[in-house]
Amino acid sequence: MSEKIIGILEQREGKIKKVSFEVMNIVSRLSQELKLEPECIIIGNEIDNFNELSMYGIPEITHFKNEDLNYYSSSAYSQIVADYAFVKGVKYLIFANTALGKDLAPVVSIKLNCGCLMDCTEISTNTGEVIVTRPVFAGKALVEAKLKSEIKIITIRPNVFKLKSKEQSINLNITVKEAKSPNLKSRVVEFKKSEGKLDVAEADIIVSGGRGLKGSENFYLVENLAEALGAAVGASRAVVDAGWRPHREQVGQTGKTVTPSLYVACGISGAIQHLAGMSSSKYIVAINKDKEAPIFSVADYGIAGDVFEILPALTEEIKKYK
Amino acid sequence: MNIAVCVSHVPDTATKIKINSDEKTIDPNGVTYIINPYDEFAVEEALKTKEKFGGEIIILSVGGDSNKETIRKALAMGADKGILLKDNNSKDSLSIAKALSDEIKKLNCEIVFTGKQSVDYDNSITGQLTAELLGYNCVTIVVSLKIENNKIIAEREIEGGKEVVETELPVVITCQKGLNEPRYASLKGIMSAKKKIIEEKPAINSENCIEIIKMKKPPEKLPGRIIGTDISAIPELVRLLHEEAKII
Repeated sequence: MSEKIIGILEQREGKIKKVSFEVMNIVSRLSQELKLEPECIIIGNEIDNFNELSMYGIPEITHFKNEDLNYYSSSAYSQIVADYAFVKGVKYLIFANTALGKDLAPVVSIKLNCGCLMDCTEISTNTGEVIVTRPVFAGKALVEAKLKSEIKIITIRPNVFKLKSKEQSINLNITVKEAKSPNLKSRVVEFKKSEGKLDVAEADIIVSGGRGLKGSENFYLVENLAEALGAAVGASRAVVDAGWRPHREQVGQTGKTVTPSLYVACGISGAIQHLAGMSSSKYIVAINKDKEAPIFSVADYGIAGDVFEILPALTEEIKKYK
Repeated sequence: MNIAVCVSHVPDTATKIKINSDEKTIDPNGVTYIINPYDEFAVEEALKTKEKFGGEIIILSVGGDSNKETIRKALAMGADKGILLKDNNSKDSLSIAKALSDEIKKLNCEIVFTGKQSVDYDNSITGQLTAELLGYNCVTIVVSLKIENNKIIAEREIEGGKEVVETELPVVITCQKGLNEPRYASLKGIMSAKKKIIEEKPAINSENCIEIIKMKKPPEKLPGRIIGTDISAIPELVRLLHEEAKII
């Protein structure tokens, strides 16, 4: 039997998350390049959208099921993943670098006596071994690194490994395993959903506002453009520190480092910490009065004008387009 | 209840990063080092916990002599003593966690605070690794914390909301912005920190699991173009987003 590469999928309220499809894509690709046998596992209770997994070329799915595992539990999830990986003789484990993946992967790594490479944005097997690239200093530098341990754990940054056009749908072989008396010494008892629709860490388009908006009461301009684009709302550190916006929206070195397809910076001058957190976005639009602002040095397209004038007009124009 | 706080000594976030000629490390010349911003929330939460439950706050850091500045900063905020686990080689998160857990074992600390991430190598795993090595529970990215007897109720920030986590002592808590407002060190605090003890001892030996092959700058982004200064530029912007970027 050839060695295994296992992807850890993630569900929220019974729905498998999009980032898990990115994990499947990577598992599928690496299994071919490294001649490993691919499979995926998911932990939860009822899962609604198993059918969506059929497009990613991995038939073997194991579902660890228990009604107490609908919510995350680091103690239970880590035990299940580590035990299964150990029994299967796993060589690689791939997680998404989400709040769950970041919590779970290191715990599993101790149980399996191996190392983990977090938040990878490139994975290469050209030299016959896996070499990853990961941003450090919030993206001010990149490191190429590899693991020396026998088993290797890699987490991938969401939204970076874009989904390939879907392959042929395949028949899935889903094995349901009853997870008996899970270790719940640390467990989530409640999920409090925040008001905003999309999270900046997961969004493919982000519209961010900065001090140029002049006050929290004007952020509806940013929200309206975000809604027209189907985007998440982000914020600069200055406006988060001023209490205009919640910290979960902060983009930059002490907030979130993001890599969306499109980043629209509105009234943001572009402090070095902010630029570090967003300049690897695929396309950047900057709208700022001051044409000398550093944000224009990373922007693909800039409008050196007044956000109060530009944002409503741009929102209307986008709406017309859609 | 003794409280441990693990802090790291990192380049100021305003710093531009220059890479050394070895292409594996950064050039520290001209770089100002600070206490990791998330570790300030950890120190503050430790101080609040001590105000409620008593005990001693011990600051731990793994690294070279210069880490003492960061330990001193935490002592000035009000922590009781420091321990520098000396190691001049660059260590990965696992080696750091091994050094920390080895020391925490001896300290009889039931609660350990640290930042949710160091803003240098951005791995966000040292807290979890340390907890697992100690056999402690761990809650990460914490923005709200309640301790009642042995019970911990914490809120952690995740994509699109917050999870309420229940667990028990002993525990490692990794702190996120929003958990508290770190206090400024008072002049008195700064003066008394000079007299507080920073114990120095070698970090336990362990081999890095991660090998850094190369450090490099990200590809330079070509400066874009300013397509206008008022609303007349909007049709062109929308055209570019549609035709060139193919996003809308």
